Amino acid sequence: MSSAAPEALPSAMLASPEAAGRDRDQAGAALLPGEHSYASISEKISGIVLTAPTARWWTIAFMLCSALTLVFFGAIGYLFYKGVGIWGLNVPVVWAFDITNYVWWIAIAMSGTFISAALHLTRQPWGASISRFAEAMTIFALAIAGMFPILHLGRPWFFYWLAPYPNVMSLWPQWRSPLVWDFFAILAYLLLSLMFWYLGLIPDFATLRDRARRRSVQIAYGLLALGWRGEARHWQRRQSAHLLLAGLAVPLVVSVHSVVGLDFATGNTPGWHSTIFPPFFVAGAMFSGFAMAMTIAVLLRRAFDLRDFITDRHLDNLAKLILAMGLVLAYSYVMEIFMAWYSADRYEIYTALNRMRGPYAPVYWALILCVVVVPQALWSRRVRHSPWVLFAISIVINVGMWLERFMLIVTSEHRDFLPSAWGMFYPTIWDWAILFGSIGFFAWLLLLFVRFLPLISMTEMRELLARQQGGS
Amino acid sequence: MNEGQPVYGLIAEFSSPADLLHAARSAHGAGYRRVEAYSPMPVEGLAEALGSHGNRISLLALAGGILGGVLTFALQWYSVTVDYPLNIGGRTPAWPGLVPSTFEMTVLGAALAAFFGTLLGNGLPRLYHPVFNEPGFSAASSDRFFLCIEAADPRFDTQHTRRFLEQLQPLKVSDVGA
Repeated sequence: MSSAAPEALPSAMLASPEAAGRDRDQAGAALLPGEHSYASISEKISGIVLTAPTARWWTIAFMLCSALTLVFFGAIGYLFYKGVGIWGLNVPVVWAFDITNYVWWIAIAMSGTFISAALHLTRQPWGASISRFAEAMTIFALAIAGMFPILHLGRPWFFYWLAPYPNVMSLWPQWRSPLVWDFFAILAYLLLSLMFWYLGLIPDFATLRDRARRRSVQIAYGLLALGWRGEARHWQRRQSAHLLLAGLAVPLVVSVHSVVGLDFATGNTPGWHSTIFPPFFVAGAMFSGFAMAMTIAVLLRRAFDLRDFITDRHLDNLAKLILAMGLVLAYSYVMEIFMAWYSADRYEIYTALNRMRGPYAPVYWALILCVVVVPQALWSRRVRHSPWVLFAISIVINVGMWLERFMLIVTSEHRDFLPSAWGMFYPTIWDWAILFGSIGFFAWLLLLFVRFLPLISMTEMRELLARQQGGS
Repeated sequence: MNEGQPVYGLIAEFSSPADLLHAARSAHGAGYRRVEAYSPMPVEGLAEALGSHGNRISLLALAGGILGGVLTFALQWYSVTVDYPLNIGGRTPAWPGLVPSTFEMTVLGAALAAFFGTLLGNGLPRLYHPVFNEPGFSAASSDRFFLCIEAADPRFDTQHTRRFLEQLQPLKVSDVGA
């Protein structure tokens, strides 16, 4: 195996106790500590799904999230019945919570597949135990994000007009509109993420099928496993496909969120009309996605006693990624202000100043606090090794990222060119219902995921163990 | 297993990927060609040890990507130049605006080809396979490693092949019913 540090680390641990101690010091902790064997990995991870009794916390959380899910779909039902007028939208502010939620969710969706694909491509073994739930997070967040562009339409039942299909109206999509690019980008990303996830799940479904005791469970997982039997050539094809999908996912992630940035940048509204938007949006997406991965990692680790698999070192690495992305984002904020000044465009300058001291100034300063100031705590090693502090920071970051999108969208619209056309946006109860309902729905899907699917890839954990034992 | 019943092959069970890799190399070296190895995770070099020369998944993905890209670009080009040209201020259709959708569909085409190529190449879904008749085979998805020499192999001989497998020091060797 290569001499890259992360690769060499597990094997070095077995080489000698002193070396192991040294590596532990360097890395904080090992990737797969404890006396794990192939059997114990299968036992532990499949046991969560197959044999563990349903925990009380799970039932309570599930009931709460089910209630929020009902609120979400109830609000959507009322929206379809009544129209977008139930929201606080008005003529200068035509996009508010709907598009804020859209960008926020799609950003959370960005990094799940990216984490697992990029770590797979760069052969970072620490990705193995977080990739599965990160991918699940992507798919659920993306499914929710994809709903918002449809919800924000005046006539949502015509959303399929975005697709080029033969029709009697002689209608074509406007190919040069970022809104149409969005349609293709979300479609491609959702399908690719699903295939990437499922390809990884097939062998784990086979493990569940083989370990299940009840006939109905065996049949259910057996159908999902498609008859997987672990043949050498099958593994070889799957490995090729997995690598290819990972390689395809990385540029796709960047393109998807760039297109979201272009949704704004192609408009001539001050504060939006800027070429910095695509990279700026990509950095913001990675940032909030890593933070959401951290939130979920800390919770899962605690709930299912997964300290052996999601180690301190995983959290430490994730925290460093969050910090790095946060710095890129902070730089983007500075550049945004600089470009407003440098453009010498009075509207751009006004928008930048209005964000800091206009009616929405509290939102601006709250987001700076959440997104720029608080994450600086991650420089401290002590903080990076306290799961609950990391959990709190990750929540603060995602609150901040939601505020950031709200600020970007609403402050640009509410005072654009002519003061006679200025206005304010105030959310209604339906705005809040859909926001919190969507969060509840996301958590509801995650709860189902941790109960019915293996939340860590057993295949990849076995590979990690083989590498440690082989000392290769 | 009783004599005279149809046999799919002989299967040997191992406890580590290294043993399986060694066994696979030996079986291939002894001239067996209808041999299959089963493991709970990918084992590097195992497919090659059984005589596989890589696979065509990447070529398929390339073809899928080209197809997705070309079709999407052609559709857009047809739409803006032939079927519904828009002349706005004398500006003729320009191609750069057609690139993002083309890129997304190129990636999607490649991904679909890789995914379905893998399923098709592996012959999945296939819920029944004779190897599942071996009672201990359920451990193949957890912590055991299997090597199966099929009865259809020209060199297969119940006695001789069993002796061959036993000298590889497996945990056990058993018949697999067809």
